[in-house]
Amino acid sequence: MKNYNKLVFEVSKEGKKAYSLPKCDVPELDAASVIPAGYLSSEEPKLPELSEVDVIRHFTNLSQKNFGLDGGFYPLGSCTMKYNPKINEDMCRIPGLVNVHPYQPEETVQGSLEVMYNLAQSLAEISGMDEVTLQPAAGAHGEYAGLLSIKEYHKKRGDLKRTKIIVPDSAHGTNPASAYVAGLEIVEIESNSQGGVDIENLKSVLNDEVAGFMLTNPSTLGLFEVNITEITKLIHEAGGLCYYDGANLNAIMGKTRPGDMGFDVMHFNLHKTFSTPHGGGGPGAGPIGVKAHLAEFLPVPVVAKKDDKFVLDYDRPNSMGKIKNFYGNYGVCLRAYAYVKSMGASGLKEVSEAAVLNANYMMHKLKGEYKLPYDQVCKHEFVLDGLRGSELEVTTLDVAKRLLDYGYHPPTVYFPLIVHQAIMIEPTETEGRETLDEFIDALLKIAEEAKKDPQILKNAPQTTLVKRLDEVKAAKDLILKYQG
Amino acid sequence: MHKYIPNTEADKKSMLESIGVSSIEDLFSDIPAELKLGRELNLGEPMSELELVKHMNELADKNKSDFVCFRGAGAYDHYIPSLINHMLLRQEFFTAYTPYQPEISQGTLQMIFEFQTMLCDLTGMDVANASMYDVGTATVEAAVMAVQNKKKCKNVVVSKAVAPETRLILHTYLKQNDIEVIEVDTADGVTDMDKLTAAVGDETAGVIVQNPNFFGVFEDVEAIAGVAHDKKALLIDVVDPISLGIVKRPGDIGADIVVGDAQCFGSALNFGGPYIGFLTTKSKMARKMPGRIVGQTEDTDGKRGFVLTLQAREQHIRREKATSNICSNQGLCTLTVAIYLSTMGKSGLKEVALQCMNKAQYAYKKLTESGKFKPLYNKPFFKEFALTSDVAAADVNAKLAESNILGGYELECDYPEAKNGLLFCVTEKRTKEEIDCLAQVMEVNC
Repeated sequence: MKNYNKLVFEVSKEGKKAYSLPKCDVPELDAASVIPAGYLSSEEPKLPELSEVDVIRHFTNLSQKNFGLDGGFYPLGSCTMKYNPKINEDMCRIPGLVNVHPYQPEETVQGSLEVMYNLAQSLAEISGMDEVTLQPAAGAHGEYAGLLSIKEYHKKRGDLKRTKIIVPDSAHGTNPASAYVAGLEIVEIESNSQGGVDIENLKSVLNDEVAGFMLTNPSTLGLFEVNITEITKLIHEAGGLCYYDGANLNAIMGKTRPGDMGFDVMHFNLHKTFSTPHGGGGPGAGPIGVKAHLAEFLPVPVVAKKDDKFVLDYDRPNSMGKIKNFYGNYGVCLRAYAYVKSMGASGLKEVSEAAVLNANYMMHKLKGEYKLPYDQVCKHEFVLDGLRGSELEVTTLDVAKRLLDYGYHPPTVYFPLIVHQAIMIEPTETEGRETLDEFIDALLKIAEEAKKDPQILKNAPQTTLVKRLDEVKAAKDLILKYQG
Repeated sequence: MHKYIPNTEADKKSMLESIGVSSIEDLFSDIPAELKLGRELNLGEPMSELELVKHMNELADKNKSDFVCFRGAGAYDHYIPSLINHMLLRQEFFTAYTPYQPEISQGTLQMIFEFQTMLCDLTGMDVANASMYDVGTATVEAAVMAVQNKKKCKNVVVSKAVAPETRLILHTYLKQNDIEVIEVDTADGVTDMDKLTAAVGDETAGVIVQNPNFFGVFEDVEAIAGVAHDKKALLIDVVDPISLGIVKRPGDIGADIVVGDAQCFGSALNFGGPYIGFLTTKSKMARKMPGRIVGQTEDTDGKRGFVLTLQAREQHIRREKATSNICSNQGLCTLTVAIYLSTMGKSGLKEVALQCMNKAQYAYKKLTESGKFKPLYNKPFFKEFALTSDVAAADVNAKLAESNILGGYELECDYPEAKNGLLFCVTEKRTKEEIDCLAQVMEVNC
């Protein structure tokens, strides 16, 4: 890999041009005759000047400084880095589906509305929910909308003192953050020794101030919560509602459904379970599904079917309101729709089976050299607690950095917070046995290195374009833009 | 066996053996029997690639996607350089995740750093984050920053010339935290300064204006900033970033936080999404900023590199007290913007802005020539302008649709006082011929 080390501003040279526009074919006016002088800028914007080839070379070079999923194994737990099918990229670029303005008349966008309606129906079937909206832009945005539906539900019943949301200490960080932003109070409960919900802890916080409970199942430890029916029953008996964090849905499709476990509302991460690309951090999409008793609170508009026509229904008097411009990340939904159609019922079930098999296989092979805090059948991911042998001064971060030298994207580290030296591995269903075996080998070799010569790990990575980066310095001496 | 799943039956069998179980079902034994679905999902058979392509094209045929577009109102039909799509499709960008491992994510990190720099330069601000979902949610986050910035505040003030959707989103969010959203009327298409001054009080955290506003008209941002700052409120300016090719930078005329939608920087109309919100602010507000931020640093050899920084603000750490829950953002759209701005450069953005201005002026002149259609407002505008007539807006648009033209946004549903009002948008993509055709149909057929 060539070591390209230029910023776009350092490539820039006065007078270069990478664009072409048609000559202006209407009379050209002096801007000052149209726009008051006080509003006009006297200088040109400070943007770089490049030729087209410069732009291509620059961003191609940047891309080569990045590790992508097509290039290698990306077992980033909780993120579900599965293969992003190429056909989906073609499907979301079909001009007839893409060149439509969000404010076009409904009768001229029936195809787009049909895709959205049908995707929502499919997600409802997969999850056991009654109604789905595609509007939220990301998982955390879906959490927010889902929590608002819970708030609106209690408000409509006049049950106004319900302001608390119970969240296990193993939860994704977005759960408490979303609850806080939604104006709810967070009650965190400690997990039991098996990493599950501690029923006694849960009972001790249940009262008439509880608005709801948030859980992902399988949990962030990759374990299925076996007492789930009892848990959702307890919450309901206390008058609360149950929120399902859909981040880990990849483990259970076609096997069981959150709606059947007693959950009232949930979000989906289309960029995880439904194989839309993560794009270096978005755009994702976080549709939410609700049971019938929460449907009236969904954000407007809802894509509905009236007679044989698809419509955007804004006439929802009890809606929580609008949460996002237009109708959500439609382009992401197109990819997810193509994926669901490609997989069908049998394919999605096979996805979960293969993902769970892969995770259990790896867990089984690694638990000798790495600590396994919860030794039981896992779902689509599992969490190790660092290297065995507490005398070793090698941390999980060192293991992760050494994996870079072996050519892998490391797993998620130091999450969930309840596992001190957490290494969270999610192989996904789109990896074959050979890949898993090679990765297992690398982790076992690293375990050996840690015993023989821990300095190798401490000094890792050595093969990457940059070595370990000083994150403390970045936060202390803030440089957030190019200084010239 | 599905084509996206590589393990063969033999692989599966031997993997099960090595785990020590006899079937896949054993790996689901932790799911209680009464919760097992026990049937196939009702989703139909898998589609082959050819069937999928056919199906999707049939759906596309149910859309009308070849309108000549004179509609804006927050979604803009601007020119998209061809090279953008080719760069977006480089798998190293689009199949990567959030750059949690900076050593192998320098491409994404550097690109965000460049995006931050360009957005700061355009808006006249010191810091930018790595993007927000869209303009509506970015405006909400800016309002929350203002609320965080001022103790004992009770409201934010927003001009009714801010896009209706943005205001609706603001209401949804802020009422959850008991912050009142006070809307201020407009006069002749701009924020009514007297009413604004009356509305902004000691308990106002922020004042939100849009410039050019929803009607395409320029606001006196400097004067509005004065009103906000007199009461120690922050000025939040929602901008059309294309206009920054020619108008003063918001940071130079008093804005404390600048937000907007950068869909116009290289993203297609896409039926409303994904778009990309942006948020920039001054140094003093940097630590109150939501979302991801990339900072420059060094590796152990002293070599320049980039990392996500100021993460202590984020939900990983401030779990229960995070003021924003934004996690993943609009990463690939951030790349789109970085490439767009690198491609257009300083002269390109200016030229786009000037062409929008000139073409909008030309269209305005042509459409108002006969007197049948009259301007709703008498104020300088950028690329959008509002007209009215004796004909119902929907009827005008129906006639235009017959000529394959997507006419103006019908203002009356959001602004009942704008009777028969139509908001037209003219970008650099529209030609004289198209504008003449629009004028002809409106003159003759309406």
